[in-house]
Amino acid sequence: MKLLKLVPDDTNIDFLKWRTWAFGISLLLMVASVGLVATKGLNFGVDFIGGQMIRATFTESTSAPVTELRETVAKLGYGDPTIQRFGAENQVSIRMKLPDGADKNPELANTMATKITETLKAGHPDVRIDGVDSVSGKVSEELFSTGMRALLAAMAGVSIYIWFRFEWQFGVGAIWSLLHDVTLTFGLFALTGWEFDLNIIAALLTIIGYSLNDTVVVYDRIRENLMKFRKMEMASLLNLSVNETLSRTVMTSVSISLPLIILVLFGPDVIFGFSAAMAFGIVVGTYSSIYQAAPILIWLKVGSHSFVPTDDAGSKAERIDDNFGAKP
Amino acid sequence: MLDFPRWRVWMLNTLIIFGVLFAIPSLLPAQMRDQLAQFVPTPTINLGLDLAGGSHILLEADTSQLAETRLEALEDGVRTAMRRADPQIAIADVSRADGQLSFTVSDVSKVDAAREALIPLTSNATGSRDWNIGVNDGNRLIVTPEGTGNEAALDQAMDTAKDVIDRRINALGTLEPTIIRQGDNRIVVQVPGLDDPAALKALIGKTAKLEFKLVDEMADPDQTAQGKARVGSQVLPYPDNPSGLPYIAVRRLGGISGDKLEKADPTFDSQTNQPAVTIQFDSEGGQKFARMTQQNVNKLFAIILDGQVISAPQIREPIFGGVSQISGSFTTESANALSISLRSGALPVDLKIVEERSVGPDLGADSIRRGVLAAVIGTTAILVLMFLVYGRLGMYANFALVINIAMILGVMALVNATLTLPGIAGFVLTIGAAVDANVLINERIREELKRGRRIVQAIEVGYKEASRAIFDANSTNVIAAVLLFFFGSGPIRGFAVVLMIGIVTSVFTAVTITRMWVSRWVKRTRPHELTI
Repeated sequence: MKLLKLVPDDTNIDFLKWRTWAFGISLLLMVASVGLVATKGLNFGVDFIGGQMIRATFTESTSAPVTELRETVAKLGYGDPTIQRFGAENQVSIRMKLPDGADKNPELANTMATKITETLKAGHPDVRIDGVDSVSGKVSEELFSTGMRALLAAMAGVSIYIWFRFEWQFGVGAIWSLLHDVTLTFGLFALTGWEFDLNIIAALLTIIGYSLNDTVVVYDRIRENLMKFRKMEMASLLNLSVNETLSRTVMTSVSISLPLIILVLFGPDVIFGFSAAMAFGIVVGTYSSIYQAAPILIWLKVGSHSFVPTDDAGSKAERIDDNFGAKP
Repeated sequence: MLDFPRWRVWMLNTLIIFGVLFAIPSLLPAQMRDQLAQFVPTPTINLGLDLAGGSHILLEADTSQLAETRLEALEDGVRTAMRRADPQIAIADVSRADGQLSFTVSDVSKVDAAREALIPLTSNATGSRDWNIGVNDGNRLIVTPEGTGNEAALDQAMDTAKDVIDRRINALGTLEPTIIRQGDNRIVVQVPGLDDPAALKALIGKTAKLEFKLVDEMADPDQTAQGKARVGSQVLPYPDNPSGLPYIAVRRLGGISGDKLEKADPTFDSQTNQPAVTIQFDSEGGQKFARMTQQNVNKLFAIILDGQVISAPQIREPIFGGVSQISGSFTTESANALSISLRSGALPVDLKIVEERSVGPDLGADSIRRGVLAAVIGTTAILVLMFLVYGRLGMYANFALVINIAMILGVMALVNATLTLPGIAGFVLTIGAAVDANVLINERIREELKRGRRIVQAIEVGYKEASRAIFDANSTNVIAAVLLFFFGSGPIRGFAVVLMIGIVTSVFTAVTITRMWVSRWVKRTRPHELTI
């Protein structure tokens, strides 16, 4: 049987040739992402800014009467609603700020939800209320800070691990490429205006996990080659390592992207943003392992002097058999 | 490396079988699962409310209010203690400002006696000290709460509140609520399958603190209207006051609380035929109630619920049986709700709803159906691709992947974990890691074959060299999962739990199990050629 080869044997692409360009473009994209988040802002869900969100489906209609809803809900006197379609054409989410004083008296939030749902049902008998989320300002602040703390702790923790298992330069490279992936994903959400809620934090964590997995695989091969080819120039060594792991990189990214693309296309509408973020993160994460995590090692002066087996090196890197190529 | 002793093969196979067995109940339709449950235990994965539909309510206690209530109780105790002291100790200028109780002993020579009389009040039932006594300016006693006193009181109040909420929800009927304390001052109530929690919220949001206090009949209505009360009195809202003024002044002390009830039932007032609630005190409360009514015949007493006066009838005669009727402007529903609340006891502290989420069952069902469909298609695509690229070794990896999925489900069912939407993300990540482990191994074997190694050696080196990267990659994921579990909140923890379980089963199936299969195949057939 002839097997499928996603990457031909003996592929030798000079990836590192474009490292300066790639780094420049990445830096530019990162700055643009930060700028977008700063100016346009993220479309935070009620999880992070507090407020009330009602989700409704108009079961008998093909599309939801968004404009009409905006007017009727605004007439209730609770301020202007943010109405968005989510998923199918006939599904909407209606977001409101909590009424003044709702922190002291939750009854007010309750009344608002009841009034809005009653108005919906009166105007559209086919409406189905799919969910009501109501989050107070205090809780949303907490959710935001614990979410961000978890994200930062995870990034810092894994980078420290990489530092111990490899060398400090590798730790810096790992945290830089994680920062790169997370920043670009934030930028994507600022650009598209997709709702940013707690589930997106979970998606970001998945991206971090995947991107790191990828970085570790490339780093492991770099470490191995550094010990094997002590005289090789660093850029060629990185190229060799990336090429040697290329078919694995392609195979893994394709395998993981498959279910994600299917989730984006056919998955539940509620998690569209979530699946899209993950699919985006896989692409960016794979790219960053090659074009961020690896070239940083050149700039941080990793070379043949790294991983020299000294007496205490056993704790940092496992020694491998230098001569195994010579065996029959 | 490729040597697998028989005992290891048996052990690994047993682990696989158990893992897969525990997954079965979660995959069966609910009806079949119930039938099966009659014969064998059927641990099942819980679906989070975001998938199954239901209501999630987060309640927060007002800690400052609890401290205030404790201070009030202390003041009450201090006044009684000073009055009962022999000889009586006169005190003045009582203040509850700044979270401490202070008062002046009028006769300086009695300061020590006053201090002595206070001591029994400063320790709680378990003997530990709750309050510290200090003396200022020679005759001013200051009682400050001991740091741990308020915490212990809060802890106790939250436990009681949890029980009260449990009783109230049970009174609503066949719901299966999960009620757990969270942090110091919060309670999470989750009710699967309930998509309109209005009735539930009305029930658990009410403190239902019932009090009976004498009306201050000497109060000046003009002062009361401005919210000003005489010394020893307080002004409370009274929306249904027949005089038209929505406030009334009541005596602060000397009332009794309605927390010692035996029964509370909705009823109808025999005279007006309006809905009302009858309450029956227990014997202790009944005696107090009898004494109060006996001493105050012909006076007005206010029935106060959660700081608001419901009605203020006249005591026509002493009430000895401990049975009383509360009438006010009730509807049948509100009378019913009030009696449930009173029956289950008052909440020891006010609880506010700070977060509420409800998901309709249709949306949840839709999410599951399409989520499962996407997962099945996605996994099938991976399986096909793995087979096309790695042939026989790909097949082994595929079997391992299927077992991995089953084992994750099995372990989750066994530890009774909850699967939420973020949990599915964790699932995707671990399946990715499992696939990646096999890709790493197979690519390495391919490489080693290309370098001219013999098959057995190539496989051996392939597993060994790939293991290092697999170990590092999974270690980082474990670190991330542990950190997420400790730093994250609810949904993020759901992600972390699936990730932790998944990493263990992924490494087990993708590395250990495939190695066993591959080595047995190599041993059995001694292949001369390996297409990879």
